[in-house]
Amino acid sequence: MNGTITLAHGAGGRAMRELIDTLFVGGYGNDLLAALEDQARLELDALVARGDRLAFTTDSYVVDPLFFPGGDIGKLAITGTVNDLAVGGARPLYISCGMILEEGLPLDTLRRLVASMKATADEAGVQIVTGDTKVVHRGAADKLFINTAGIGVIPAGVDIRAARARPGDRILVNGWIGDHGAAIVDARGELALDNPMETDCQPLGGLVEAMLTACPDIHCLRDATRGGLAGVLNEFATASSCALHVEETAVPIHDTVRGVCEILGLDPLYLANEGKLAAIVAPEDAEPVLEVMHAHPAGHDAAIIGEVTESPAGSVILHTGFGGERIVDLLVGEQLPRIC
Amino acid sequence: MKFVDEFRDPDKARALIREIETLLPEIPRSDERPLQIMEFCGGHTHTIFRYGLEQMLPGAIELVHGPGCPVCVLPMGRVDDCVALAERPEVIFTTFGDAMRVPGSKKSLLQAKAEGADVRMVYSPLDALALARANPDREVIFFALGFETTMPSTALTVLAAEREGIDNFSLFCNHITTVPTIKAILDSPDMRIDAFLAPGHVSMVVGEAPFRFVAENYGKPIVITGFEPLDILQSLWMVIRQLAEGRCEIENQYRRIVPPEGNSAGLEAVAKVFELREFFEWRGLGSIDHSGVRMREEYAHFDAERKFPVPSLKIADPRSCQCGEVLKGVIRPRECKVYGRQCTPQTPMGALMVSSEGACAAYYQYGRLAVETQ
Repeated sequence: MNGTITLAHGAGGRAMRELIDTLFVGGYGNDLLAALEDQARLELDALVARGDRLAFTTDSYVVDPLFFPGGDIGKLAITGTVNDLAVGGARPLYISCGMILEEGLPLDTLRRLVASMKATADEAGVQIVTGDTKVVHRGAADKLFINTAGIGVIPAGVDIRAARARPGDRILVNGWIGDHGAAIVDARGELALDNPMETDCQPLGGLVEAMLTACPDIHCLRDATRGGLAGVLNEFATASSCALHVEETAVPIHDTVRGVCEILGLDPLYLANEGKLAAIVAPEDAEPVLEVMHAHPAGHDAAIIGEVTESPAGSVILHTGFGGERIVDLLVGEQLPRIC
Repeated sequence: MKFVDEFRDPDKARALIREIETLLPEIPRSDERPLQIMEFCGGHTHTIFRYGLEQMLPGAIELVHGPGCPVCVLPMGRVDDCVALAERPEVIFTTFGDAMRVPGSKKSLLQAKAEGADVRMVYSPLDALALARANPDREVIFFALGFETTMPSTALTVLAAEREGIDNFSLFCNHITTVPTIKAILDSPDMRIDAFLAPGHVSMVVGEAPFRFVAENYGKPIVITGFEPLDILQSLWMVIRQLAEGRCEIENQYRRIVPPEGNSAGLEAVAKVFELREFFEWRGLGSIDHSGVRMREEYAHFDAERKFPVPSLKIADPRSCQCGEVLKGVIRPRECKVYGRQCTPQTPMGALMVSSEGACAAYYQYGRLAVETQ
């Protein structure tokens, strides 16, 4: 099937049917979707066997460009939703996928993205079981937007919440911070850097499962996407009414990412990530959790970056490598490059 | 990271602070008030807050954060002019990123963009010229902003546009000059500043000579300063050593970048394209003589202000705003009546809250620690 997406592909007729059958059903390849009912039907027994709560989440993906070093919008649409489930302690299981396509999108682009979604779903151990396709007039959307929702099951006894940080707890991250944000800046081509960076886009379900095995009582866990590590740590600090102290030199940041930030006057702590989480655990659990993280490919470069104290409540404080301290606040609007 | 970490070495920082502490008692003082040292440049302010330098210094030193943030001091009326230009249907309005958030009397460029104006962020005026080349049926206006640091690149871009005969490119010129502004601060009656750190990148263009008057005519030590935290600590140590030894001169800490004579090619391009305005309006400081430049008559066809009608309305600063007093070191940011209440980074009222380089915004974002932990 060559050519481009036309309005006919969203009109409910033969063209749409063909698109769904060949591209989506064929591409995603599972029985639940292939039944082609208006809804996916999920066995309750299988869910109940895994835990005592459902986790349910949704996210939309509009990144430009569609393909960037180390990933694409399809991979992002799976990992993003899988990770939102995983950081609740849930085992991610089922994904829905709604696509809004701009008229004129090359079918080959769509096919590549579907293949990427399927490969990522397989890696994350989830199935894409239901979906929807809309086509809009040229200019009414930018090439392609994706919405995915996901369902997972939280095992009994797991209680991960942003409000559970306690004085003395340790703060961990699973690896290099800011790679995705820097890769996107770089992929837009405005800077023409010689040293292309890759996104860190990866599913985190397996890593979280391993962490929960070492320590079922993880206090806080979130993936640091938009708003960066700074955003997540501020959420923990506010919800828990504690102070989070971070050692600047302990935060893993690639030199290439630091370089981009130095040039543009950006702060890597606010750059987006797509495969990075921050965790808060009791002090005695920190080393065992770090050990299993190091043993997992998604946590190979994990580090303990700081600890929790009582006051000043609601603040994130960075202890700079230079010897000073500063507050790491939430970002106002988006980060804009500085003039000089 | 090479060429960066060397300038952020905590051991060297501690050593410098010890030296500063040793020198301080040697400075002859007539009263108990802290020593006020002004860093003029917004880039310095940013470094000071980002690395938490203020809390590392002895209490006897008070840093006064000067007006050297070109984004902050832009008056609201000029932002309104930007918006008016950007909203013209034929215009692609190009700007540095941090200028997009500055509020005008009705809206910022970011809001104008959201409402449909074609506003694009660029990293260099040459990017704007490339847009003009690629869109011959549109008018590309570059929002020329900044002190002498950014003037040469703007001037050279205009010269390139002329050489190539590109006629759909123009500047909305808001370049401002450093020296008249420092002079205005020095001349103000409530000024209490004891010494200055001079802007490193401005000096890279203009050289050492234009700042000599601060030491020679006003008797204030001044040191040209780089932008890494150790640069700033070393410069503080240098001005304090001058004060302790009873010297008063211009010194150059940033010699790895700043040649004493400046950048002659850059200055030549600037002189060719720009001339001094009689006066320029500053947010927070009011009108200062000869503190801005405009395009010379020969380049009028690249001047957006002459090519298109702009409203040019003067919008007064809000009356409760005390930016001027903060800028001169008369009060600290948190002593301002509206700081942190009506005036926050989300809803900036005054110049200094507008950009992350503004003293109040930096203080709000990074500097509340000392107060909050008390």
